[in-house]
Amino acid sequence: MTKAAFKVWRSDEAGGHYRDYGVDVVPGMVVLDAIHQIQATQAPDLAVRWNCKAGKCGSCSAEINGNPKLMCMTRLNTLDLLAPVTVEPMRAFPLIKDLVTDVSWNFRVKTTIAPFRPRPADAPDGTWRMRQQDVDRVQEFRKCIECFLCQDVCHILRDHKMHDRFIGPRFITYAAALEMHPLDAADRVPELKEQHGIGYCNITRCCTKVCPEHITITENAIIPLKERVVDRFYDPLTRLLRVFKS
Amino acid sequence: MTSFETFNYDVLVIGAGGAGLRAAIEASAAGVKVGLICKSLLGKAHTVMAEGGVAAALANVDDRDSWKVHFADTMRGGQYVNNWRMAELHAKEAPDRVRELEAWGAVFDRTKDGRILQRNFGGHRYPRLAHVGDRTGLELIRTLQDQGVHRGLDVHMEFTVVSLLVSDGRASGVIGYERERGRFKLFTAAAIVLATGGAGRAYRITSNSWEGTGDGHALAYRAGAELMDMEFIQFHPTGMIWPPSVQGILVTEGVRGEGGILLNREGRRFMFDDIPEPYRNQTADNEDEGWRYTQGDKSARRPPELLTRDHVARCIMREVKAGRGSPHGGVFLDIAWIKKRLSGAEAHIKRKLPSMYHQFKELGDIDITREPMEVGPTTHYIMGGIRVDADTQMSTVPGLFAAGECAAGINGANRLGGNSLSDLLVFGKRAGEFAAAFAKEHPAVAADAAQAQRAIDEALQPFARPAGSENPFTVQAALQDMMQSLVGIVRTESEMQQAVRELAALSARAARAGITGHREYNPGWHTAIDLRNLLAVSEAIARSALERKESRGGHFREDFPDKSPEYATFNIVTRRAADGTMDVRRVPLPPMPAELKQIIEDQKA
Repeated sequence: MTKAAFKVWRSDEAGGHYRDYGVDVVPGMVVLDAIHQIQATQAPDLAVRWNCKAGKCGSCSAEINGNPKLMCMTRLNTLDLLAPVTVEPMRAFPLIKDLVTDVSWNFRVKTTIAPFRPRPADAPDGTWRMRQQDVDRVQEFRKCIECFLCQDVCHILRDHKMHDRFIGPRFITYAAALEMHPLDAADRVPELKEQHGIGYCNITRCCTKVCPEHITITENAIIPLKERVVDRFYDPLTRLLRVFKS
Repeated sequence: MTSFETFNYDVLVIGAGGAGLRAAIEASAAGVKVGLICKSLLGKAHTVMAEGGVAAALANVDDRDSWKVHFADTMRGGQYVNNWRMAELHAKEAPDRVRELEAWGAVFDRTKDGRILQRNFGGHRYPRLAHVGDRTGLELIRTLQDQGVHRGLDVHMEFTVVSLLVSDGRASGVIGYERERGRFKLFTAAAIVLATGGAGRAYRITSNSWEGTGDGHALAYRAGAELMDMEFIQFHPTGMIWPPSVQGILVTEGVRGEGGILLNREGRRFMFDDIPEPYRNQTADNEDEGWRYTQGDKSARRPPELLTRDHVARCIMREVKAGRGSPHGGVFLDIAWIKKRLSGAEAHIKRKLPSMYHQFKELGDIDITREPMEVGPTTHYIMGGIRVDADTQMSTVPGLFAAGECAAGINGANRLGGNSLSDLLVFGKRAGEFAAAFAKEHPAVAADAAQAQRAIDEALQPFARPAGSENPFTVQAALQDMMQSLVGIVRTESEMQQAVRELAALSARAARAGITGHREYNPGWHTAIDLRNLLAVSEAIARSALERKESRGGHFREDFPDKSPEYATFNIVTRRAADGTMDVRRVPLPPMPAELKQIIEDQKA
C-alpha cells in the first residue's frame, strides 16, 4: 500500500506546530479521509470540523499545501505526494484547536444585512410569478455553502484585519442574492457603501478563484453592487440633480 | 462537582436541521423564549444533503395532483403501516409550507408561467417535488436559518446534549457540553423539541454525516419515551460505490427523475423485470413510455426506475447477487443516454443536476454527461423514531416533542423521496406551535441538579480510563461493520440474534473506551459519547426487526420474504423497562376513517 506523509497543524500553548503523520493511501482518497485515518489510529484528539463529506455543507475548510480548500473535495491524486502534504487551519480566523477556527464573526456579520422583504404577492392566492431567466443569477449566489474560504483568502480581512469595516466576499454575495432577488423590495445600497465597506474591495479575484461552488463572486456579485453604489452616490448627473432638489 | 452555566427557555429545540429550525421559528412566532441547540455550526445540518426536492401537491405542473393523491402515495409507499393522521396532515399542509418558504426568500426553479417547478420522483404519481436543481436541502436550510437569525433566535452551536432531564414525569431540561471548550451547560425549558435527525452512522455504508448517531432517539428512550417502527431503515438505492473513499455518498433520485436509467453489466434495464402488483397499473412496460413520462407526457406511465426506494434497492441487490453487477459491486446509473433523445443533453444534465455533475467529476473522475455512474444501496434514513401524537408531535413523555427524522409515523415502512423535506416543514411547524402552547400552559418544572451531575460524571468517565483502553473509533467501526452485515438490507433470524449478542459485547467495550487529551474540541471524546446513542438505537433496530417476521418496505427478511396481513395491523414499539432492558411490544394501528380508506381505494386505479 502506498504511504503518504502529512504535516498537520496541531495547536499547543505556544500557538501550534506541524506534526508529521504517515497515512495509508486508498484509491480515491481525499484529504479529509487522511485526517480521519490519523484521528482513528494515531491522534484521537485531533480536532477537525466536517459533516457531509460531499462538498455540500462547507464545514471542512482548511489550507492544504497553502491553498484554501475543502478537505472533502481535495483528492490526494491532485497533490504531489512525494513531498509531505501540509494541512493547516484557515488563517484569517482565530484558532480554536488544530484545524478548527472560530468563524463566529461571519454569523454576526450576517445579522447586519437587511433581511429579505418581498413585494406584495402577484396572484390572489398569495403567490408570486418569476421567470427562470430572472432567478438564474440569484440561484448562482444561493449555491454558497458558507465554507468561508473566500473570507479566508480576502486580503482585506486576512492581511489588513478590517473585519469591523468590511463584510467580505461571502456577505457581498449574500447581499447580491437579496438585492437581485426579483421579489425583494428592500434597499441595501446605502449600507453596502457605509457600514459594509464594499469600496475596500479592489477586485483581486482571489475569492472567486477559491470558491468550491464556482460562484463568479467578483464579476457577478461584487462588481454589479459596486456599480449600484457608484450610480447612486458618485454619478455626476445624479449628484447635480440632488443639489437642485435639496 | 463540575460547575455548569444554566440557561432558561420556554421552548428548547435540539437540532437545527430543517425540522428544528422550523420548530424554533414557529415557537418564536408564538411569543415564547426559544433556545436552539445544534451539534454542528448553524446551517451545516444533514438537511443540506437533501438534493431532489420537497414533495407538496401544489399541482403546478400536473393539475391532476391534490393532497388526496399525495396522501394515497405516501400510504402506499409506506405499505400502510404509516400513521394515517400524520400522512393526512402532511399531504394537506405541505403546499402551504412550501409557499411560505418562497415568502421567506427561497428561490425554487420555475415553470414556464413563472410558478414553482415540480419534478418526478419515486412513488409520487405526478411531478410533485419543488426543487432547486439538486441542492434543494441547502436552499431550505439557508432560508430557514436566515429567517430564524432575523427573528433573534438564541442559537448554541457545536453543542452536544448528553442527557435529557426528567422531573415529576415531565421533560425539564437537558445537560450537555459545548465542543469548543468542553464546558457543560444546563438548559431548562417548559417544553423540549427533539429534532436530531437520523442514525445512519450505525452502518458502515451510509450517506449520513458524523452527526447521525441517533441522539434524539436515544435521549428520548433513556428518558422513558417510546420508539416506534425502528426496524424500518431506508437503504437508498443509489449511493456512490467507487472509489472506496466515497462509498455511501448519495446520488440523488433526481437523476432518475430526469430520465436516468439503471443497467446491469449486460446493459439490461433490469427494473422492468420485477414491477410489484400495487404499482403495475401505473408503471410503464416499455422504454419509450418511461422516457415520455419523464419529459412530461401526461398520458405516459412512469418508468420502473421511479418505483419506491426499498424496491429499487432490492432489485439492485438481486442483480449484484446474481453476478450481473458492475465491476465494483453495484449497478450502472446512466443519465448520459438521454443524448439519444434530447438535443443539448449535456447542458441539460449540468443545469438539472449540477452538484451530481461536480460530485462525480471531482470525486470519481466520471463525467456523467458522457458515461454511466456506478451505484449501490447506502443507509440513508430511518423511518422509525420517537412515537408522537400525530397532531401535536408530543411524545409519550409530557413536554417532550419530536419532529423530522427522529420522529416516527409519517413514513410507515418506507419513505418516499421528497417526503422528508416536507415532513420537516409540516411537523417542525406543528412541534414548534404545540411546544409553545404547552409551555404557555405548563410552567417549567425545576430541573434536578443531581441528575445533571450524574450525567456529567458519566460523560467524563472516558478521561479517567488508562491509556491502552478501547479506542472509541475502533468500537464505532466494529459496530458499523456488524450492523451492516447482520441487520442490513437482507435480514434473517439467526443473524439478528447474533447481532443482539454482539451488541452486548460492543456495549461492554464502549464502556471501557478511554481517551487522551483534554476536553477542548476532542473528537475521541465526542465519539465515545455518541457510541452510547448508536448502541441504544442499534439495539432497538435489531430487536424490532426480530419481532417483525415478514418483509415490508425497508425491512426485508430472507426467512420471511413475503408481506403478512397479520403484520399490517400493528406497529412495533420499544421502551426502556424498569430494569433497564428493552421492552418490545406490538401496538395496533389507529383505525383509519372511512373517507381516507376510500381515497386510497380511488387512487389504486
